[in-house]
This record gives sequence, C-alpha cells and structure tokens, in this order.
Amino acid sequence: MLPQVLKKGDLGAWIEALGKTWKVAAPVLKETSVSDRTDAKFGWEWVVDPAEVRLDYTVTVLGPKKFLWPSRQTVLAYALAGEPNPQAVIEHEPQVLLGVHPCDITAIATLDAAFGKDVPDPHYLARRKDTAIVGLDCAAPCDESCFCLDMGSLHPESGYDIMLTPHRDRYFVEVKTDLGQQLLAGARLQPATKQDMQGRQAFTEEQRGNFHYQLPCEVKYLPEILDASYDSLVWEAIARRCFSCGSCNTVCPTCYCWDVADQIAVDLTKGCRVRRYDSCQLDPFAEVAGGENFRKDRSSRLRHRMFRKGKYILEQTGRAGCVGCGRCERACIAGISIKETFVQIAGSR
Amino acid sequence: MTQVSIDIAAGARAPSPYVPRMARILAAEQMTETERFFRLQAEGEAMRYEPGQFVEVMVFGIGEAPISICSSPTQGEAFELSVRSVGVVTNRLKEFKAGDRVGIRGPFGNHFDYAAMKGQDVLFVAGGLGLAPTRSLIRYVMDKRKDFGKVTILFGAREPKWLLFRSEVEAWQKRGDVDVHVTVDRGDASWKGNVGVITRLFSKVAIDAPRTWAVIVGPPVMFKFAVLEALAEGIPEHRIICSLERHMKCGVGKCGHCQIRGIYVCREGPVFTYEQVKRLREGI
Repeated sequence: MLPQVLKKGDLGAWIEALGKTWKVAAPVLKETSVSDRTDAKFGWEWVVDPAEVRLDYTVTVLGPKKFLWPSRQTVLAYALAGEPNPQAVIEHEPQVLLGVHPCDITAIATLDAAFGKDVPDPHYLARRKDTAIVGLDCAAPCDESCFCLDMGSLHPESGYDIMLTPHRDRYFVEVKTDLGQQLLAGARLQPATKQDMQGRQAFTEEQRGNFHYQLPCEVKYLPEILDASYDSLVWEAIARRCFSCGSCNTVCPTCYCWDVADQIAVDLTKGCRVRRYDSCQLDPFAEVAGGENFRKDRSSRLRHRMFRKGKYILEQTGRAGCVGCGRCERACIAGISIKETFVQIAGSR
Repeated sequence: MTQVSIDIAAGARAPSPYVPRMARILAAEQMTETERFFRLQAEGEAMRYEPGQFVEVMVFGIGEAPISICSSPTQGEAFELSVRSVGVVTNRLKEFKAGDRVGIRGPFGNHFDYAAMKGQDVLFVAGGLGLAPTRSLIRYVMDKRKDFGKVTILFGAREPKWLLFRSEVEAWQKRGDVDVHVTVDRGDASWKGNVGVITRLFSKVAIDAPRTWAVIVGPPVMFKFAVLEALAEGIPEHRIICSLERHMKCGVGKCGHCQIRGIYVCREGPVFTYEQVKRLREGI
C-alpha cells in the first residue's frame, strides 16, 4: 500500500465514521490543576464528541487497560433458587482504542501473554479479539518519570492495527493489519507527498534526539540484577517510605492480579461472581485462611512488586512486566520510583 | 527469553476456567470442632485426580475456597475433603450434609510423585490438618502396599480432640505392615499415647536414609523442625517432599494470590521438594 496521511482537521470526521461500526475510546482532558495550569490530567473515555479527543496528550493517569481488563468484571452467573446452572459471563463488543502510545501497546501485549498462556482466559481474550488498536507514536518522553526506551516499549513491532505518526498538521498513517485497513474505510486519507515522507523521517530523527537511555544496563539483565539484590537492605530502605496503598498497582498498565467476590441479587434468586483489581501491596494479599501471611513485611511486598515488574513476568512470558510508562512513580504519594530503584540496584553490584 | 506465543482467537473461544461443575455430597461428618469431612461425587463424568491435588469448592451465593483432596484415586470415583472452618465459605460448609450439592473446579496443581517412590521407603510426617493432603498419598500407598518398601507415619496434633481421622489412624496401626506413631502437644486424662512435639517421634523409628522419601506436611513451624530432623537422619533435600498452603483464588496461574517469587503454587505446586522451597524463601 502506498504511504498515506490524514490531516489533523479530518480526525473528527474519521472518528464519527468509526463510531458507526465500533465503540471508540480515546484520551480526553480530565482536569487541569488549579495551581499549575500546565498540569493537565488525561484519561481514556468512550468518545462522545470527537472534538474532545486529545491526541496531543502526554500520558493518561490510567492506561487503556480498563477496556480490556475492567476494574470489575462479572465472570460467572448462577441461580440461587433451584438448579444453580452456573454459566460463564463473557462480554465484548467491537471497540477501537484510538491513540494508544507505544508503551501501552507493549503493556497490552504483556496482558495478552498473561491471560493467554497456559490456561487461556476467554473473559479477557474475547474482549481483546474484538478490539482494534490505533497507535500514536511519541516524539518525546511524556515527562521525567518515563523510561520506555530502556524497557524496550518505545518501538513495538506488533500489537496494533494502525500507527499514527504526528507531524505538523497531519498524521502519517501506517497500516499494520487487514483490520486496520477496514478501520480506515471512512477516513479522508491523502497520498503521502515527498514532503510528508521527509516529515516522517524528521519525526524519527526528532524522536531519536529526545529519548535517552536512563538505566545503566539492558533490560535483559534486570532479572539477574534483581536476583542479586534479593537479600539487600535496599528493599527495607525504600519500604520505609511506602504506605502500602497500592496506587502503583492500580495505575500499572501490566498489573493483572485480582480478587473475587460473590454477589447476590436483592431478590435472592440469583448470584454472580465478580473479579476486581487486587494489589500485592496490600497486607492481606498473601494471607491464608489460618492467618499465616507469607509477605507480612511491607518491604517483602514492595520487593515482590519490583520483582514481578523486572523479572517474574519477563521470565514467564518473555514480555516486559514493566513498560517504563512512569505511572506508578507519578501516582506514588511517597515518590517511590521503579526507575530509580532499578538504577540503584543495578549500580549496587 | 522467548516470548510465549498467544493465539488470541483460539483463547477467546476457550471454555472459561472459572465455571464450576456440580458435585453431590455422599457423606459428611464432623471430625473435630472445626474440621468437617466430606465424600463427594462429581455429577456427570467422574473427576480424575492424583494424590496431592486440590479443588476449588464453591458454595453458591457465598464464594469459593481451595481445599486439598484427602482421598486417593485408588478408592474409586468419589473424592474426599477435610475442611477446616476458618473463613466465610468453610464456615458455611459446616452446615452441608449428605445429599447437598456444591460447585467444584479442578482438580488443580501437580501431585505427589508416587512413581518415583516405588520400591522405596516412605516416611510421612503430618501435623494437624496437614494429614489431609498427606492422607491422599497414604491411602494410595496403602492400596498399593506391595509397591513400596517400609512405610512409617508420624502424626501429631495440639490436643487429642484435634486428631483427624482418629479411627482410621487406629486401623492403620493395627495393619502390621505400617509403622504408625501418634503424638499430641498436650495430653488429657483419657490420652494414653505419646505427648510432645512431633519431632520427638523421630527417635522411635528406624530410617534407612538412602532409600527413604520423607513427605512432610503441616504448619510452617512444624515443617521447619521436621525438615531439620529428616536432614539429620541423612535424607537428601530432593527426597523431602512438602505441600504448601496458599490462598489460590483462580487455580490457573493468573490471580497472583498463591505466588511465591516467580512461582504460581496453584500450577507448579502445591507439592514441592525441600530442595525447591528452600530457595523460594517466601515459601515456608
């Protein structure tokens, strides 16, 4: 296919067209700080008015994970009067995630691996199968918390249907899949001119100039470095600041641990089982019925999270447990940074 | 590290691993103040399982709890559970009797490697409710007694009233082909047997270390000291077997609750060798 561009002014019309077939979610402005008007908070929402879509966003507080892996999800329904007849609840509808940054594309690939490996989880995978992803490349890091280049998530090779590369008043449109081609049916695309091709090249050069490695080692050595740090007092030292609030888990685009709870309808005739986000930082996470808690100390829970992000998930799936999006650092009221933690332990060898 | 390849379309069509099947309670009996015994039969196709595996038991409208299977597949198509009432689900199970039905998922996890133990001696060390998962292998070994060498069972509980499977343990003592010793931490007026922690029983038995497998299941503190005794007898680390207790909520290696370092106990366990768990650190 010949290279194409979409003018930014034609984005709204394209979103309107997409909305006829798919539910479309995209980043919108959620709030602006009263004291600092440059401090804008973006979030992923269903698009109501295409004019609200902000593809100039830096980073969203929560990633687009919630459209694939909702914070609360009913997985089972059954009757309480008569035969229980338990049935799986698998809900999905065609949806488009529009404007997903490379780090979040990479995070979705990690979730795919986590839910798809060994025993597949159709509650996640059915949603994933019904989801089209329109990527949006980043010319510069969101802020100082981000370290996606280090974590290998700035340049995902797959996991998206279309990639948009912004340049001046237009997007360079790269179609990756057949579904991507279908998505573009209602878009006012124009063939890329020679200037557009030069603009695409200029973007790559600008990106290369803006992103810098921040870890002293390659991500593939993180498991080994973490292993060597297991008994270090560094975990106790960092945990002194930790409140075990679990905000890091809540905002993480790759966290997928959950808790389950059964709910009963008010008329007592039926019930359902709901799974919801859980946090390995909360005290009862590794507790068993008799009261024994296998990660009682805050430091052991903090270490567990860092190990999941830098080692366990990588070893289990071959995909990064951390994509370097920086959300956990931004959300942490104690200012604990996974990037600085990795830097510290890598430097302690 | 190789990336696992995922077939999203096939996974989307896969059956949900969270849907229980129905099982009927054939027999129920209160064993102690807090432990209740159940014999269950899965409806439809019989549940195939191995000694050491566990199931998720579901009480509709309440929730699920992971419970070790305490019977052996050699006993037939039914399976047995010994449930301690400590949580919302297990307390509700106290009210369940023969004829009632529950939901069952599983069996999950790995199992005791009885094939490796064939022709060799087996030493069982079970503390309290640790007898439940251990019994699945004890019953297997009893039913295939000729396949194994010397069999020794050390069983302990806090007080006589907390001894599980009391009449069955007495029957084992009478068999003649199994060496069974029982102790309680604190005796009472009616108790004529051994008094003291379970490790004291090691002095009563002769162990041929090079041909012995030790299966040790109990609370963490008992496990630690029983392993010490087994090692002191000369049993190598890879022939000391344990079963770990965790709150498995999904059973399929996703929810994270049973994770010890990089290991999901619900899939790679609950049966481990001491050689494996000593490196896990958060394991015991």
